[in-house]
Amino acid sequence: MNPAAAPERPPRFPRFHDAALQMGGGAMLAWKVVTSGLRGRFDWKALRYQIEHIGVRSTSIGSLTALFAGMVLSVQFGYFMAKFGIAYAIGRVLALSVLRELGPVLTALTVGGRVGSGIAAELGSMQVTEQIDAIRALGADPVKKLVVPRVLATTICVPIITVFADVIGLVSGAVIAKSMYGIGYGEFYRQAVAAVVLNDFTSGIFKAAVFGALIGIVGCYKGFATSGGTEGVGRATTETVAISAIGVLLADFVLTQLLLSL
Amino acid sequence: MTHATSTRLPPLSAHDLATRPGEVLIRFEGLQKSFGRKVIYTGLDLDIRRGETLTVIGGSGTGKSVLLKCLIGLLRPDAGSIRFDGQELVGLSEEEFIPVRRKIAMLFQGAALFDSLTVGENVAYPIREHFPDVSEAEIADRVAAKLEMVGLPGIEQMRPSDLSGGMKKRVGLARAIAIDPEVVLYDEPTTGLDPINTRRINELIVKLNEELRVTSIVVTHDMESAYMVSHRMAMLYNHRILARGTVEEMRRSEVPEVRNFVRGMVGGEA
Repeated sequence: MNPAAAPERPPRFPRFHDAALQMGGGAMLAWKVVTSGLRGRFDWKALRYQIEHIGVRSTSIGSLTALFAGMVLSVQFGYFMAKFGIAYAIGRVLALSVLRELGPVLTALTVGGRVGSGIAAELGSMQVTEQIDAIRALGADPVKKLVVPRVLATTICVPIITVFADVIGLVSGAVIAKSMYGIGYGEFYRQAVAAVVLNDFTSGIFKAAVFGALIGIVGCYKGFATSGGTEGVGRATTETVAISAIGVLLADFVLTQLLLSL
Repeated sequence: MTHATSTRLPPLSAHDLATRPGEVLIRFEGLQKSFGRKVIYTGLDLDIRRGETLTVIGGSGTGKSVLLKCLIGLLRPDAGSIRFDGQELVGLSEEEFIPVRRKIAMLFQGAALFDSLTVGENVAYPIREHFPDVSEAEIADRVAAKLEMVGLPGIEQMRPSDLSGGMKKRVGLARAIAIDPEVVLYDEPTTGLDPINTRRINELIVKLNEELRVTSIVVTHDMESAYMVSHRMAMLYNHRILARGTVEEMRRSEVPEVRNFVRGMVGGEA
């Protein structure tokens, strides 16, 4: 009926096609964050609000996760290492695994679930009520107004919460090592310090920053791409949790290889 | 229109009062738009004259709102031309649209007030964006004046969530006119409102047109509202403008689709 609209051929692998489109969209959004974040006046007030909203209020969930992760890790390692008579080295194993992997990854997974879904729900509701269109119609840039402060906040906060998680995870691990396997705090500390170099800590923090940026971008992208009313908001929220969790684990694999090869 | 490019706010109601009737301000020509496989327009032509209120009527899903969103740059047409005051809008970048949005404002269907801001901050929003150097005192004065104009004085500190549907629409209108636009676009301004609020909104549309000399495009399927506010009407049907004319001409139209729609018969729904 319409000569202008050439019939579009449906993609051969629709799910793959869709995933590729979304990844491209997310990457473009990330690029826009950089370009529009650098342009014009920076809104410090919005950043401060988001850091409090996203960061400070996620500290407790991040800390609790680290507390139990440190404890259970200590129980597991202690049990098997005691069989070989090397339970004294538990501090070594725990420090490396917490600083390099579990601190950043568990923080990113739990905080990401909480924060990413919140961002997607908030921006998704704004999208379906035309508030994002309104921002543009009133002469402002939604990426600069909404995305930049959120992505910066997650990029700053996830590493900071990771530091808390590192400390809490190791302390709780040490407490379990002492109470269950009789490893003194001094021995735990000596073993930990002997095994760890600064790079182990910094690589974990660097990964946490990348995970934070990823969580922020996925939440904002999904929020902006919301369509279909309140049902769409729900869909955007759940998809954000799933995508950011898988994204964090995938990025972890790539980054770990990369950082080890440096 | 020297004020449009200066950084100072134009004084209230500073529009060109010597309206030149009949002069075309906005011209849609050969507009084509589709979303994926859903075709919206196949060559839509429409003129809007300076100072008039033109109502676009048509059934649900015929793309009435899309027309407004193309004009203000929220959606990009696939082909065709939109000229505003001699300037081609199709193909402008997001940056280049900002000066256009200083002159064309839009009242969204659900008002689209920002929930995270107070009413006063909502109305001040476009002033702060377009005129970053304006003092806080001046902003406060202007916000108060605009809220007064829509009949809601002194509610600056309220939250959008505390307002009724009709009040939200009026605050949305105050926000749209905060920087004295030349053109106001109304997306279903009376949908979902009770009869009293519907009349209030209609009266406001007329008042803004008469007092501020704004050019208005109203998209609606509420015929009473259309009769009350319009100078001219245009009916969107089957991907293009099927008929246009004054209110009387449309009322007496012999085109079957128009007649059916205007009289509220099912056959008019597209």
